[in-house]
Amino acid sequence: EHDGDPTMPLLWFLRDVLRLTGTKFGCGIGACGACTVLLDGKAARACTTAMQAAAGHAVTTIEGLAGDALHPVQQAWIDEDVAACGYCQAGQILAAVDLLRRKPKPSDDDIAALPNLCRCGTYPRIRKAILRAAESLQGAKR
Amino acid sequence: MTRAVDAGRRRFLAISLAAGGALLVVPRARADALPPELLGDDLTALGPFIRIERDNRVVIGARGCEVGQGVKTALPMLIAEELDVDWAQVRVVQLPYGYVDTDQGPSNLYGDQSADADGAAAWDQLRGAGATVRWLLREAAAREWKLPIEQLGTEAGHVLAPDGRRLSYGALARSAAAIAPPDAPVALKPDRDFRLVGRPTRDVDLDELVTGRTGFGIDAYAADALVAVVARCPHLDGTLESYDDAETRRVAGVRDVVTIAGPKPGDALGGALAAGVAVLADGSWAALKGRELLKTNWKPGPWAAESSAALAASAHALLDRGEDGVPVRSDGDFAKARTQARRVIEARYELPFLAHAPLEPPGALIELREDRARLVAALQDPDGASELVARLTGLPRHSIAIEMTRAGGSYGRRLKNDFVAEAVQIAKAAGKPVKLMWTREDDLAHDFYRPFGVHAMAAALDRRQRIVGWSHRCAATPRNDRDAELKDDPVYAGCLEPDGFPAGLVANLDKTFFALASGMPRGWWCQPVDTFETFAVQCFLDEIAVATKQDAVELRLDLLGEPRRLPYAGRGRGVVFDTGRLADVLKRCAERIGWGARRNDGHGLGIACDFTPGRYAAHAFEVSVERSNLVIHRAVCVADVGRVVNPLGAEAQLTGALLDAVSAALHLEITLKDGQVRQRNFPDYPLLRLAQAPREVDVEIVDSAEPAGFAEMPAPGAASALANAVYAATTVRVRKLPLMPQLMRML
Repeated sequence: EHDGDPTMPLLWFLRDVLRLTGTKFGCGIGACGACTVLLDGKAARACTTAMQAAAGHAVTTIEGLAGDALHPVQQAWIDEDVAACGYCQAGQILAAVDLLRRKPKPSDDDIAALPNLCRCGTYPRIRKAILRAAESLQGAKR
Repeated sequence: MTRAVDAGRRRFLAISLAAGGALLVVPRARADALPPELLGDDLTALGPFIRIERDNRVVIGARGCEVGQGVKTALPMLIAEELDVDWAQVRVVQLPYGYVDTDQGPSNLYGDQSADADGAAAWDQLRGAGATVRWLLREAAAREWKLPIEQLGTEAGHVLAPDGRRLSYGALARSAAAIAPPDAPVALKPDRDFRLVGRPTRDVDLDELVTGRTGFGIDAYAADALVAVVARCPHLDGTLESYDDAETRRVAGVRDVVTIAGPKPGDALGGALAAGVAVLADGSWAALKGRELLKTNWKPGPWAAESSAALAASAHALLDRGEDGVPVRSDGDFAKARTQARRVIEARYELPFLAHAPLEPPGALIELREDRARLVAALQDPDGASELVARLTGLPRHSIAIEMTRAGGSYGRRLKNDFVAEAVQIAKAAGKPVKLMWTREDDLAHDFYRPFGVHAMAAALDRRQRIVGWSHRCAATPRNDRDAELKDDPVYAGCLEPDGFPAGLVANLDKTFFALASGMPRGWWCQPVDTFETFAVQCFLDEIAVATKQDAVELRLDLLGEPRRLPYAGRGRGVVFDTGRLADVLKRCAERIGWGARRNDGHGLGIACDFTPGRYAAHAFEVSVERSNLVIHRAVCVADVGRVVNPLGAEAQLTGALLDAVSAALHLEITLKDGQVRQRNFPDYPLLRLAQAPREVDVEIVDSAEPAGFAEMPAPGAASALANAVYAATTVRVRKLPLMPQLMRML
């Protein structure tokens, strides 16, 4: 329930109101991807998604990604020890979940098209983790 | 070799019994002062190094600020190694700042938290802590079993008797706590017995990180704290003339508007970086909206005319004139060598200001009460923050509680506490707890930037094309400007290293520094001197190799010569530069990238090597330029970083450093016009994206036994290796960073 400013970005509702702080602030203009959430399963930038635009949609944040077990992408992130400072990683994970939904067998170029910024340079491990998660998801389907 | 903890280190610890029979090890100075009620389960408030629960779980305190450099994993590994516990038994908790009185005033109970100092000091200190506790547990078992302690071994959290009996540490904790530690130093494990040190170990926070539960600085909230955002004066050393907050105050949720003072021109930058107007609100969005509606009139300061173009022009003018330089080093007689040279090669290289741009912008949560304060933030200099809060509030330092969170990157930014000063000023003015939040725009416009400068290089060659004279003249904005703590350092510190490559390797060598006046605040950007100086040196070596038709690797190896240890005095006691270790990583790197093989695919190889105190590295790239696109096909890093505690962490550091160097080299610069920073957000300061990054970074870590640092490692040579590869692929020599705009212009 949000009865405040309908132009307030989803990011601040999640963080300041719900105290779901896993969604991060990095740029405020949708350029870095630290605030990536899933809106009806699709990656969206919470910092540029107004509450009125989010209304009626299902929002999944990093806190809600795991069910009883971790999501295969989360598990792959642990297995590959992806994080450095860790700040961008929630956004990277959700961007990867969105990618694997669209492309269950992503090519190198598909992965390269991910726009999320990582200041620490964890990109090579992000690549590996996505491929690992893709395999794990494929295996689960079989 | 068995190493002992010296008496000084041993005295550092005190052992006591905590509630529930847990064994507790804390720095001795604090042991007497531990309030009994804190000896319960409130571990983070208590802040022990080691706590062994009766059920054999082990809690280890991490004292450094985790900024992505891996200290929160690697340093506790040192304790666990000597303690001889199963890593799976261990939970790591972040220690807060703790006070201990020293001759120099209050200092951090848990030891030096600066990233650089951690490595070598921690190696003995933290292992000593673990070893002492292990000794106590063995002694406790020895008394229980009535056996000599020498007969007792340990394994994975248990003491073992020769007859096969075993007791868990947890079961021994209570009696161990009553035993006095030995007078003689406790022997440390010989390297060959290491089980954990050297084992690839994942980040201790991973489970929380991937589920969004890790608390970064920005995630600290307090029930009654208002969110503050600040409209800062965009002019360097400018002032606030007037402001109108009528519309701001009409925004729902906005509670207050207060002003903060900026630095006075010329004064040391010990507080806030800029004058500002702070908007305080119930939440971030209201505060941001309120700031948007604020009307401000700023008055430009003494730097109103400063621009990047003017700075570059004055740098070149200073170098052209060549007068009044500050001598940095002079060996032999460069002037004579130059006159007698068969050939002289010259080139100039220009490097821009760089911002740190950690993905988590600066910020702080501060609660000021009548008699105490609480600060929660991602800090790398909590000592400085504690002093600053004390100075600004008049509170005694012991009354200032500081909690450090994991930091969303730093790269040197969080060594400064300007944002803490802002938060205190705002909280004082508003009379409320404050959660100060910086936006990306704030961060790019108000930083302590890596210096701007121009390097003028000259090499004198004899008739056999050997380098017999080397001149490195640098005109730059000194890093140390307006830093009270660094005021006694030489003006060139942070820009030009007296012992930097190839000092000591060329008979006639001259290094001279010319200070450029600028209003831009400067500071550490990773290791500024190494990244700043190395680009010029390693590109110039490549130019010499090309001009004299020598192999670029051979040229460097010839210079390095026979393995020997040269003094490296400017960087602390005992630092030496081992030419053999640098030659070794260079050779390995050349081999990995396939140096010397003839190519006809249009790809170019570039290589460079560098020494940063504590680590030796060589970098190489294979690139091609396709239309307006630079493609990095391969990237290699071979590094000797001393003893590697956690190879998985070290590999991540070296990979990250290389990619960061590529990111900065390709696209990043902070420029000035009319005394104001021009870049606003990531579109103007385009950090490397996945698509531009090499698919894989081939990292080789050379075995080495010497303990060194755990700081975020820079890759000073990577930018030059990349530029050298671009030359090899295109014959375009880029002498000014960032590289891409130059390359596109010159192609």
